[in-house]
Amino acid sequence: MGSYKKIFFALTLTSLIGTAAHADERYRPVQDEVVKKECGSCHMAFQPQMLPKRSWQKIMDGLENHFGEDASLDEATLQHVRAYLTDNAADSGWFGGKMMRGVRDNETPMRITELPYWVREHKKEVPVWAWSDPKVKSKTNCQACHRDAERGYYDDD
Amino acid sequence: MIKPFIVALGLGTVAFAGPVQADTILPEYEAQARAADPSFSGFSAERGQAFYLKDHATGKAETPSCTTCHMGNPTQAGRTRAGKTIAPMALSQTPDRFQDVKKVEKWFRRNCKSVLGRECSPQEKGDFITFMKTQ
Ligand code: HEC
Ligand code: HEC
Ligand code: HEC
Repeated sequence: MGSYKKIFFALTLTSLIGTAAHADERYRPVQDEVVKKECGSCHMAFQPQMLPKRSWQKIMDGLENHFGEDASLDEATLQHVRAYLTDNAADSGWFGGKMMRGVRDNETPMRITELPYWVREHKKEVPVWAWSDPKVKSKTNCQACHRDAERGYYDDD
Repeated sequence: MIKPFIVALGLGTVAFAGPVQADTILPEYEAQARAADPSFSGFSAERGQAFYLKDHATGKAETPSCTTCHMGNPTQAGRTRAGKTIAPMALSQTPDRFQDVKKVEKWFRRNCKSVLGRECSPQEKGDFITFMKTQ
């Protein structure tokens, strides 16, 4: 009985680690059509796994003044989008993922492109001139460099 | 003075329900424009063009004009500040523009707040669509 339990435990752990390693390579694409439409018209709809709950809350609280633009929604749509983003946030499970590395609990990042992990990955790999390429225009324009960003792939290039 | 205007706007919004063609949206804005100003005498494509091209700069610093994102020549595709392509505003290029009232009202509300720092009047909205229909 004891050894049966041990084997079961070991099996569960292996499959958990397997899933975590796999999830690392790919961010789950946004499944919700409302979120895709409402958060995907000015830039791609970012995967909610890229920011913690508190960040999504603050972003959804401030849509009237969203990075210099009015991105406001009606109340019902707002609630729907807020729920999806926070339910699927980086810290919605026990496993935070790479994007949360170096983010302190008392910080509420408003940009993916200011997260320590994001900054490090792009400093290493992206030549400075690439950011001023008119085709890119903004760091927020993930798809200019990551063709499959909407599908959650960022290590393709 | 302000109250009847708000009431008129509110009524107009309630009257909108579900997808409506550009041809149905315009009479709706016309009724609102007349309610706000009895001397209103029809929409004008020239006024719409001037409004579209004007450097308003009374809203957010990042967005002084409609053409910050849409193109001066509306038959060309525009671009958001985050680099995403926006299909041309001209009806000849993007025939499904100004069809879905909820969408049209949402973007007028946001973009007018961003660019002008206030909502657009029914006349400004009607002039804008009238201009885009000629393009
Ligand atoms: C009206 C246009 C508009 C809409 C709609 C919009 N955004 Fe944005 N968003 C922007 C702009 C502009 C920026 C800043 C772009 C830049 O700095 O180049 C931005 C940036 C962001 C960023 C930071 C990206 C980065 O650089 O790391 C996040 C996160 C974000 N938006 C989330 C959302 C969410 C969630 C929604 C849906 C509720 C949404 N946005 C809808 C215009 C919009
Ligand atoms: C100017 C081009 C450019 C832009 C814009 C850009 N990236 Fe990247 N990104 C790169 C390059 C190059 C790499 C390193 C090569 C690689 O691993 O794909 C990288 C790496 C990454 C990685 C690590 C991938 C891995 O596992 O190796 C992630 C995650 C990522 N980017 C996310 C984003 C997100 C999210 C955005 C938009 C908010 C963005 N990037 C915008 C060029 C860009
Ligand atoms: C910050 C960028 C930006 C600015 C500035 C801007 N727009 Fe837009 N506009 C957009 C985006 C993004 C959309 C939605 C994408 C689409 O419909 O292709 C849009 C959509 C619209 C629509 C909806 C059209 C339809 O298909 O029904 C109208 C109407 C509109 N804009 C009017 C204006 C007016 C009027 C101004 C100036 C007062 C303006 N916009 C300024 C970005 C902008």
